[in-house]
Order: sequence, then C-alpha cells, then structure tokens
Amino acid sequence: MPEIKLTVAETLSREPKRWMVTLFIVLVSVLLIAWSGSALESNSTGGSGLAVAKGIILGILHPTTDILFTLQKNGVPYLLVETMCIAFLGTLVGAVISIPLAFLGAGNIIPKPIAVIFRVFVMAVRTIPSFVYGLMFIMVTGPGAFAGLLTMSVCSIGMLSKMFIETIEDLDKGILESLSASGCTTFDKIRYGIIPQLLPSFSSTLIYRFDMNLRDATVLGIVGAGGIGAPLIFAMNSYRWNDVGAILLGLVVLVLIVEWFSSKLRNALMRG
Amino acid sequence: MKQSESLRLYDRIFRPRTYTLENGKTIEEKRSRMPFILLVLLAATIFSGEITGFSISTLFSRIGYFFVMLGDMFPPDFAYMSQVWTPLWDTIKMSLLGSVIGALLCIPFAVFSSENLLKNKVVTTVFKFFFSVVRTLPTLVVALIATYVFGLGTLAGTVAIAVFTFAYCGKILYEQIETVDMGSHEALEALGMGRLSSIRYAVWPQVLPSFLSTVLFCFEGNVRYASILGYVGAGGLGLILNEKIGWREYPRVGMILLALFVAVVVIESLSSWLRSKLT
Repeated sequence: MPEIKLTVAETLSREPKRWMVTLFIVLVSVLLIAWSGSALESNSTGGSGLAVAKGIILGILHPTTDILFTLQKNGVPYLLVETMCIAFLGTLVGAVISIPLAFLGAGNIIPKPIAVIFRVFVMAVRTIPSFVYGLMFIMVTGPGAFAGLLTMSVCSIGMLSKMFIETIEDLDKGILESLSASGCTTFDKIRYGIIPQLLPSFSSTLIYRFDMNLRDATVLGIVGAGGIGAPLIFAMNSYRWNDVGAILLGLVVLVLIVEWFSSKLRNALMRG
Repeated sequence: MKQSESLRLYDRIFRPRTYTLENGKTIEEKRSRMPFILLVLLAATIFSGEITGFSISTLFSRIGYFFVMLGDMFPPDFAYMSQVWTPLWDTIKMSLLGSVIGALLCIPFAVFSSENLLKNKVVTTVFKFFFSVVRTLPTLVVALIATYVFGLGTLAGTVAIAVFTFAYCGKILYEQIETVDMGSHEALEALGMGRLSSIRYAVWPQVLPSFLSTVLFCFEGNVRYASILGYVGAGGLGLILNEKIGWREYPRVGMILLALFVAVVVIESLSSWLRSKLT
C-alpha cells in the first residue's frame, strides 16, 4: 500500500461513521424513557405534600431526645442493638445455608447441568420479595425478632451463594495438586489448600452482607418481624415526625459507623 | 528488648512461638488470631441469640408452616395473569425511569465528590458524606415519605428508586473517577482546553462504559426492589401482592411471584448481555 500522508483534519474525517448506531441507541433509549414515563400517576395529596415535607425536615432537625437516649425497651439504643443482632445472626444463618448451596452450584466441582439447577433455585429464592418471606416466617415463629432473623437469612442466600460460587470457581487447583504431590491427605488438602483460599473472600462477602442486612432490616419492621422498622413505620403513620427523626438519626449514625468499620476490615482482608 | 515493643497488644499477650533453626537462627511465628476472633464471634452469636429469641426447637418443630403457605401457591392461578400484566409493566417502568433519573442526577454530585477533579478537600468530603447519608436511608422509608409528599401511586415509587440509584451509582461513579488516568486530562488542559471540556473529552470516555454497566446492574436490582415498594402504597406489583396475601389467595400470589421471577430472569439476561457488550 502506498503511504498516505494525511492532515489531522483528513484523519478525523476518515474515522468510521458511527452516527447511525449512536442515533439508534439514543432513539431506543428516549423511546424507552418516554414509555416508562407513561406509568407515572399519583393520587394528589391536595397540597398537603409540602406541609408533610416541611414536617419531616423539621422533625429530623429536632429529634425527640427522650427516646434517643433511654435504655428502655422502646428506646432507640435497644432497638438498634436488636436490629444489629437480627442482621448478625441473619447473616450467619444465611451463610450456613449458602455454603453448601454454593459448593453445589460451582461448575468446577459439580457437573454443569446439576450446578445450573442449583443456580436457578438460588435465583428463584432471591426473587421472592422480603416481606413475603417475613409473612411466611411469622406463621412459623409468631411475630418478633426471631421471624426477622429467619427472613434476613433467607434473603441473604441469593447474594451470598452467588459471591461464594464465584470464589469457589476461582480456586487455584495448582496448590491442591502440589499438596497431593507432597503427600498430603484429603483433610490436609482442605485445611491447607482450600480453606486459606476461600476464607478471606468469604468473610469479606459476609461482612459486606451484614452491612446490607443492617440497612434492609427496616423492611422487616413493617410486617411485624422485629427490629427498628416497626417503631419507625408506626411513628410515620401517626405523623410523629420528631420520633421519626430520632429513629432515623440513630439508624443513620449506626449504619455509617458499621460501614466505616466494615470497609476497614474488608480492606485488611484484601491485603491479607 | 526493643523488638517486643514494636509488637501489637495481641502479640504481647500471646507471645509468638520461637523456633531455633539448624543454623542457630531463631525465628518467630506470630500466634494465630483465629481463636480470639472465633471467641468474639461466639460471644456475639450467643448474645444475639438471647436478644432475638432464637430457638432451634421452635424452628424444627414448626418449619412445616413455612411450606404450607409455599405449597398453597402451587399450582399458580394462571387465569389471573391477565390482571398481573399492568402492575408488572408499572413495576418495570418505575424502575427504568427511577434508574435513569437517579443516574443522571448523580453525575454532577459525583464530579463534586472526586478529589482528582476538585482540589478542594472540604467540598469533596461534604459531598461524599452526603452520598453516604442518602445511602443509609432505607428505600422503603424513602418510599413511604414519598407517598406522603407525592401521594399514593407510581410517582412515589419512582422517586424512591431514583434516590436509591442516585446514592448507589453516585458512590461507584466517584470511586471510578478517582481511579481514572489523569494524564490525558492534564494534556488537554495544557493544550488550552477549559476545565469542563477537558473533563468531557478525557475523563468522561474513561468512566462511561463502567458507569453504564453500573446503572444497568442497579436497574436489575431495582426491578426486584420495586416489587416491595407497593407494600407502602408506592405502586407496582407489591400493591396486588400485599392485597392477595391479605385475602389469602395464595395461588394468585404464586402467579404474581412467578411473573416477577420470569421478568427478573429476562431483564437480568438482557442486561448482562448488554454489560458484556460494554466492557
């Protein structure tokens, strides 16, 4: 090919013309957005919306200090501790259920078709909204924190097993081969070959999930499954915005602290 | 001894094990922290068990009731599907519009939170803190507040989803901007380009693919989330789901859940295909 000397302008003009593709994508996106706008409807509140918004903001700025600093069972500190306990045990029980599921769904351990079945199962478990589980578990244990805990654990299964499966599929098999070459038993291989590879990533996932569960625990309250959600929803339904402010303040501070700790811990785990 | 002063508190209580090698050198192996961590976890588990009233015996003796409701959902009432379509589309539309609004809104905020674009530490810290606080607000609570402010209906749900998407995508976007290669940005500025246009031509193309992929991922999750928003009256599938559970029409509940499952599977595979194209 003869060498062609081009100016910058000519090179630019020779760039592949992609405007057709871009136009198509933009058109499709705009159509989709316009289409989704068609569902917008709201039964107008008759102008009280602004008053409510004002009430919320004022309430959050002036939280009720009585319930914020009392150690009684209806005080914010106790509710926060209860919520944390629900999230903690929920994550733990969820992990106990998801670890076997993850091993059964990992394509490098179990034959592919069977692994796919378990993955579809996990996805189905994940699709059911959490309040449906909450209502189901209330039939098992009666209303209270125990039902919330079980709901949290079932809701955690989806994400936990998905992440666990990824970790298991990333296992370095070379280590296991070298262990068996040096004469290790199966138990040794699990203890020194598999567990050290899985543990940091598993615990990082668990800490992250605990973080999420703490935030999602409010959902449980609305169906009566314990935690800080129920008092929050009650306070909102009866327009006690100062109490709402106190509870939200406690929740936000707790979640921020836990998040800070969890990201520190996960960073430490990543570095090993 | 000077060396022991540099040890952490834990190692001072549990002395490292020392070995003497054949060549006379001594080496120290730090004691594992595992027993300590396990002890703390065990204590936390027992404490949480006390507070939440965890009881294995109740669980095993009454777990059957969990499957009673689940069993009633099968077979689903397929004839009911004709009434599921509208709320299902509402849910999808709500999450689509909410994701788009949230994603667009978070862009300027994310720019103001990025330390490499804005040299003012105070401003970036304030914006980052704002993102964190918004992220801690539970979506359901936002939805409930939105129903008070905007009235019952899909608008409230869209607002709640937009707020969640805003916080989630914003955090990931500013993290991505902060890890961007700033060389081309500096080069464009050195050529005399303005601040904004050099961001537009140097930083934006670098983060765009992964940002779109984040938004798509968020959208996937939002479809699932949108189905619970109906519980507080914010429109979509949750509305009829809550209603049918209340009336104990479990075959219809089964149908709604089945429809949701199929929709989620279709959307997830579509979006993961799109995301694989993006990266």
